[in-house]
Amino acid sequence: MSAEASAQPVSITACPDGPLLVRGDLALFDDDGRPVQPTRRTFALCRCGASAIRPFCDGSHKLVGFRTSPPSRSPAVTFDDEP
Amino acid sequence: MTITAEPGHDIATSGAPHSASPMRPMALPSPRGPVSTELVGLFTGPRQAPLQGCADAATESLAASDDMLADDDLQLALFLMYELHYGGIEGVSDAWEWDPRLLAVRETIERAFEAALRGAVRQPVATREVPEALFALVEADDGPSLSAFVERDATSEQVLEILACRTIYTLKEADPHSWAIPRLHARAKAALVEIQADEYGGGRPERLHATIFANALRGAGLDDRYGAYADHVPVEVYTSMNLMSLFGLHRRLRGAIVGHLAAYEMTSSLPCRAYAKGLRRLGFGAAVTDYFDEHVEADAVHEQLAARDLAGSLAEDEPQLAGDILFGAAACLAIDGRLWGGLRERFERGESALRMPLP
Repeated sequence: MSAEASAQPVSITACPDGPLLVRGDLALFDDDGRPVQPTRRTFALCRCGASAIRPFCDGSHKLVGFRTSPPSRSPAVTFDDEP
Repeated sequence: MTITAEPGHDIATSGAPHSASPMRPMALPSPRGPVSTELVGLFTGPRQAPLQGCADAATESLAASDDMLADDDLQLALFLMYELHYGGIEGVSDAWEWDPRLLAVRETIERAFEAALRGAVRQPVATREVPEALFALVEADDGPSLSAFVERDATSEQVLEILACRTIYTLKEADPHSWAIPRLHARAKAALVEIQADEYGGGRPERLHATIFANALRGAGLDDRYGAYADHVPVEVYTSMNLMSLFGLHRRLRGAIVGHLAAYEMTSSLPCRAYAKGLRRLGFGAAVTDYFDEHVEADAVHEQLAARDLAGSLAEDEPQLAGDILFGAAACLAIDGRLWGGLRERFERGESALRMPLP
């Protein structure tokens, strides 16, 4: 099982207005060069700089209004009882 | 055709010790009205007893109820019928789970439940992609925040009441969404299993989220047996749990359970951070904060997986489910908003959230 997991190639997915989603077996180091052990197979790296648990994401990008592209002028959701 | 249990079956199951999990099955709670009284009577009586009394009570209560989403008796009765599909109820025959007469009563209540939900929750419509609509829906949800209250103002007694209210779902965290696994395919199934594998500890039993929560309960001096506070919690706890079971147990509503999970995960990271801060402020130990700290990081991942890989893929693969995905998300926000926002309002009025004090 672990041999199979370590054979998984690394993939990094940029989430719109959000973190970098990382899958696969890789080495991660913090600001001081110390190894950081991710506690889950798929993890999210902070991209907005506001996370309190860097290098991991804690959802703070929503609080600081982090955008990776200009917000659309029209709403993404409406309600069917609206005209 | 009537399917009956084999003679002696009840005695064998009800008398057997349950060694598989120390937390399940739950003890039978006290009834809260005519329907749950009839149901508890059936569960504790002979298996072949007629169900007409229970069916009649359900029909009468549904006709008399102004708001079945807030009806203690109907929601508890529905919860008990659903619990047969999860961990079971102590002393109650497992054969009740698929008793067609009981399923007919359940369907009567479920039909009214779904109609009440469709009436109380506005149906969102995506103008672009479903994940974008989900993020917009969650962002627009501005109900009173219990987590912000816990962070700054809550007392230890109020935190214990919140933890007690969480036990009904969190001691079986992730289970209602797992019903959807065989009903999804390809990318959506892989995404759901990726989330659930993390919820279930990634192969480490001690990291099962339900187990981490049980540790938190014990760390706070609370009882971690499933259903220990079944008589204490307000109706909104059961409505919230029943919402997940309704969506999870019906293949027809697979879009809604997926949307529910997405909204749940998308509203978890930041509130859990606030809970953890509040718990530290009040001096709760690491066993209690661990559960919330774990969810800050885990759910920041899960919200992306749930909104994009799960809900987004499902909406692409089965476009006819887009409406139910968004409905499930909106229902999660509305029903859980009633539950947790209601607790905050009671606390701010100086009231207890529970029906009776904690022991």
